[in-house]
Amino acid sequence: MLSIKNLHASIGDKEILKGINLEVKAGEIHAIMGPNGAGKSTLSAIIAGNENYEVTEGEIFLDNEDISELAPEERAHKGVFLSFQYPVEIPGVSVTNFMRTAINETRKANKLEEMPANEMLKVIREKSELLEIDRKFLSRSLNEGFSGGEKKRNEIFQMAMLEPKLAILDETDSGLDIDALRIVANGVNKLKSDKNAIIVITHYQRLLDYIVPDFVHVLYNGRIVKSGDASLAHELEDKGYDWIKQEQEA
Amino acid sequence: MSKYTEDDLKIELETKEYEYGFYTNIESDTFPIGLNEDIVRAISLRKEEPQWMTDWRLEAFRAWEQMIEPEWANVKYAKPDFQAISYYSAPKAIDPNKSLDDVDPELLEMYKKLGISVDEQKMMNNVAMDIVVDSVSVATTFKKTLGEKGIIFMSISEAIKEHPELVRKHLGTVVPQKDNFYAALNSAVFSDGSFCYIPKGVKCPMELSTYFRINQAGTGQFERTLVIADEGSYVSYLEGCTAPSRDENQLHAAVVELIALDDAEIKYSTVQNWYPGNKEGKGGVFNFVTKRGWCEKNAKISWTQVETGSAVTWKYPSCVLKGDNSVGEFYSIAVTNNFQQADTGTKMIHLGKNTKSTIISKGISAGKSQNSYRGLVKIGPNAENARNFSQCDSLLMGNNCGAHTFPYIESKNPSAKIEHEATTSKIGEDQVFYCNQRGIPTEKAIALIVNGFSKDVLNKLPMEFAVEAQKLLEISLEGSVG
Repeated sequence: MLSIKNLHASIGDKEILKGINLEVKAGEIHAIMGPNGAGKSTLSAIIAGNENYEVTEGEIFLDNEDISELAPEERAHKGVFLSFQYPVEIPGVSVTNFMRTAINETRKANKLEEMPANEMLKVIREKSELLEIDRKFLSRSLNEGFSGGEKKRNEIFQMAMLEPKLAILDETDSGLDIDALRIVANGVNKLKSDKNAIIVITHYQRLLDYIVPDFVHVLYNGRIVKSGDASLAHELEDKGYDWIKQEQEA
Repeated sequence: MSKYTEDDLKIELETKEYEYGFYTNIESDTFPIGLNEDIVRAISLRKEEPQWMTDWRLEAFRAWEQMIEPEWANVKYAKPDFQAISYYSAPKAIDPNKSLDDVDPELLEMYKKLGISVDEQKMMNNVAMDIVVDSVSVATTFKKTLGEKGIIFMSISEAIKEHPELVRKHLGTVVPQKDNFYAALNSAVFSDGSFCYIPKGVKCPMELSTYFRINQAGTGQFERTLVIADEGSYVSYLEGCTAPSRDENQLHAAVVELIALDDAEIKYSTVQNWYPGNKEGKGGVFNFVTKRGWCEKNAKISWTQVETGSAVTWKYPSCVLKGDNSVGEFYSIAVTNNFQQADTGTKMIHLGKNTKSTIISKGISAGKSQNSYRGLVKIGPNAENARNFSQCDSLLMGNNCGAHTFPYIESKNPSAKIEHEATTSKIGEDQVFYCNQRGIPTEKAIALIVNGFSKDVLNKLPMEFAVEAQKLLEISLEGSVG
């Protein structure tokens, strides 16, 4: 589904990604781990099409189509979703209104009719139950005054609403207490199918106890330096990242 | 003109869509340019006005001659040559074959996007309209329904003839002839406008609406509006403005007077969309308007305005809270793009005890525009326990525009409580990217963010106006993000 080939990217003069190769198939969950500053969030931003980064080399394919040159909304229309590490506030725009706009813009781009209001309400009800969200919450301004946990839960609610092909969860576990973490992880697991794929970006093993990855990759200094199965995450939890650093510098 | 009936209007509306940018091919009866006492007399004569009205105009004209144009506003423009304007233009006949040739295609595109026809609005929204084409009100609809309740809603010219006692008693009591340069000019030469009287205890059953548009090239538009809500009555009044594209600047100097007697309430909503000039800042309407309301005991006046048009706007809808417990409200959205300049706000004059006022102002600037809020909150010595809350928020787009806030507070009573909050924010790239990532293209994202920012004010508009206003905001800001 997602195929990244020799991806190099920089911000200003600084090269952050130095040749990433990654293959993600439908039905798979991949975890990308690594120390601060390794380039994890840069990678997710670039897949989503953030224009603050310059791709200097390499390609990104989604279902065999090169999406490297597409605008962020075009990638979204093709089913790329990014759960933000720091979701942005939009005062005066309710969660419901934001979702309605997002869904209908996506449908419009895919030459579909707008979703009828009653269907929209039905889906909202269904998905908010899935994530144990109080529906009063949905009339609040997007992310304004939300707690860290509410913001992250709202990101996954949006994922549930948009039903993406490829979801990238950037540090979704940060700011979550253990109960919220369980709810969010349960939600993600229920959304998982053999038709979609998920990339989980995290520092810690903790989230991976709930969302069990098929593959774990270690990102260090702009490269994927190690790949393995779920046990690699446990190894990192035990040994820390110094082990990787030493191995790389040796 | 007098034979033009409601039915004629209805046919006209059915057979052609009302589009703002049309320079309708009407054979106009236009006065020569220039202004002097003879012109003022001629206007009055043409309108078959009584002597007291002619004298009132002349008094205003003589005062105006002695006045100088105000320069304190935060706007820069070439002052109009008042001797180069024609002060009267009345359509002789309506030509159903309109020509599109004169119209800027960009404008046409905009009207198409707005997708509004007067007919549609009228039918769908139960709105009665008094349509002002240039200066003479050509028709008034729904008059009958209103008549049954004793509500008078007609052009001010008709009112001068049919209800001289009401007009004479109230005209100029809220905005005196000599109030300011433009009000004096308006008092001397006003060509038409609307008059509304709601009798004691009557709640007006529908929104009253006036559509103004400037038509004849080089003619100024000087409407005069007078709304009187008698004791215990209620009225909601909508005013929409559109104007066609013109290269030279057109002057628009209106006066609106509202009078709310004891326990009465007036809601006055405006969507102003005069031609703002092109992207290079050429052309556009000068909008120099004086709007003021007078509140007696327990009365309430709400001004709500959405200002997206005009090259230069100078406008301060105000409330004089004379009666005890009276309430004044001002809700405003002002959008400036390209080279537009707006200096707008309100004055809340608290004279009575326990008077309350609320000011919510949302300024949105884009392009190379300048957007200023200017407001006065004045508490008189007898205004025990007066309260004011003001909130002025500015939203900036890009790095070449300006937002300014000039709040003036004068309190002569120690029991007064005045609160002022102000914020300035910028639409962030991160907000836009967040929307993009959810599949929302940038133009739509900006509209969403701007609508969210303006929500507190949009919510105050009557439903049918709110929809139009949202579309207008969207269109006004198109192309403002590079």
